[in-house]
Amino acid sequence: MINFVTQYLDASAITYPDHIAFEEPGKRETFKSFREKSIAIGTGLAKAGMFKSPVLVYMRKGVDCLSAFMGAAYSGNFYTPVDVSTPAERINKIVEVLRPKAIISEEALLENVGELKHDARVFTFEELAAENGGEALIENALSRLIDTDLLYVLFTSGSTGTPKGVAICHRSVIDYTEWVVDTFKIDQADVFGNQAPFYFDNSVLDIYSAMKTGATVNVIPEKKFTFPIELLKYMVEYKINTIFWVPSALCVVANLKALQAAEELPPLKRILFCGEVMPNKQLNVWRRHFKDALFANLYGPTEITDVCTCYMVDREFTDDEPLPIGKPCRNTDILVLTEDNRLAGPDEIGELCVRGSSLAMGYYGNPEKTAEAFVQNPLNLCYPEKIYRTGDLVKYNECGEIMYLSRKDFQIKHRGHRIELGEIETAAGAIPGMETVACLYDTKRSRIVLFHRGKAGREEIFSSLSKKLPEYMIPERFIELEEFPYNVNGKIDRVKLKDYL
Amino acid sequence: MEKIILEILSDLQPGRQFTESSDFIADGYLDSFDIVSLISELEAEFSVIISAADIIPENFMSVDAMCELVKNSEKV
Repeated sequence: MINFVTQYLDASAITYPDHIAFEEPGKRETFKSFREKSIAIGTGLAKAGMFKSPVLVYMRKGVDCLSAFMGAAYSGNFYTPVDVSTPAERINKIVEVLRPKAIISEEALLENVGELKHDARVFTFEELAAENGGEALIENALSRLIDTDLLYVLFTSGSTGTPKGVAICHRSVIDYTEWVVDTFKIDQADVFGNQAPFYFDNSVLDIYSAMKTGATVNVIPEKKFTFPIELLKYMVEYKINTIFWVPSALCVVANLKALQAAEELPPLKRILFCGEVMPNKQLNVWRRHFKDALFANLYGPTEITDVCTCYMVDREFTDDEPLPIGKPCRNTDILVLTEDNRLAGPDEIGELCVRGSSLAMGYYGNPEKTAEAFVQNPLNLCYPEKIYRTGDLVKYNECGEIMYLSRKDFQIKHRGHRIELGEIETAAGAIPGMETVACLYDTKRSRIVLFHRGKAGREEIFSSLSKKLPEYMIPERFIELEEFPYNVNGKIDRVKLKDYL
Repeated sequence: MEKIILEILSDLQPGRQFTESSDFIADGYLDSFDIVSLISELEAEFSVIISAADIIPENFMSVDAMCELVKNSEKV
């Protein structure tokens, strides 16, 4: 019985010891060497007496990050990756919630770690990787762990400005990985081209399905995505045959006409995507170039371990039709609930709610927010049973597939990232001289627009927000208003503001 | 033309000192989304079509390089 994800790695290190597990330009780890490194990291953490404790991984994206994650798992701890390019002010908000016991970083980044307000013990990856002789310590740690103990905590945007930490246990990742591997028939010959940042849970699919099956994950350098022709050349060179990307990455490749212009196309067998709405216009470009590949639209928030519904693209769509998000994954139940908590009938709109082993344990250190989103199943009055309310409004189409319609609140998806517009407004409103702000999403042009009034100028706002927010949350258009429109309740009239876009 | 390109760039990232960099790509000023917006702005502003094969780092590293790119692109 598999209880911990580390068992996937143990098995693959025995069956495929010399197979490449993870690679990037200039670095590769076989399953055997990757496991050894992970055990070394785990040994260091266990020797420091850490168990069931949060480990912040503050490293540049790459193969070594993954050993740090597995080191945390082997020692019975759990990991939180953060983006090293995110301003210290926001990482400090994460640190405040997580209160990590250990921070794993690199020599070159220690100065940045010094800017964080923490009481953790700081390790460099290099010093931990040099540990040895810890197999017994690891065995002991895992013997005290159960499958509902945490594997990772990933942070998402929160409307009040405090990010929420979604706490996921081993059981949920195993439940998900088994489904992925069976559904998409992943095996040891496959090569994933990883695009998702590790602080984004799409990466869970790449990492753990490869670890289970002996497949290879190629961590594609982020810079390759800027120039799609080079990206495609890279994918040919590394024989990448499976990708699970955020739609905006697929769209960039299609919009820049790279598939037409490339000398050779990569040998793609599976093209999966998740994280935001995939427009058929760009998907059709991909489908024309990869006629034999499997395309699947996956859907799900971080709170239910990456994915809860799946649509295998099985028919033609015109450019302006929406793509279904499909049907529930195995061992997952989807309830579409109306406002009065009934199951929605045909053509009725309801909120997508999820039931299953995939549910997060809650928001780390935040019982209030947990209680709001993880609630008793209103259809079950007999025993405690949690469902997760996604806040996404959906309905069924005539084929019984779920169609995504919109959000219930001000949350948006931009470049695949979940963003609470309120978090941007909070940050912008705090700039000295700022009187009124409102943030809107221009869905047609896929950009964040900030309306502002006050003494602060555009350049000042831009530079101030750059110090507080990750890059993908910085507005791409600034509109200064002499007067804001208000509705009868005295609130900013967001519908009127839309006319200014 | 240089002036207009600089304006387009500063609309993308207000306050960024584009004149201080000799290689926007190496300095990490422009990501894939910036390139997409930049191309559509350049195409609209100068009535050209930028071919996919020209979307390579060398053509976007500086304002001069972008001027050359626009001059060598097909007119609509």
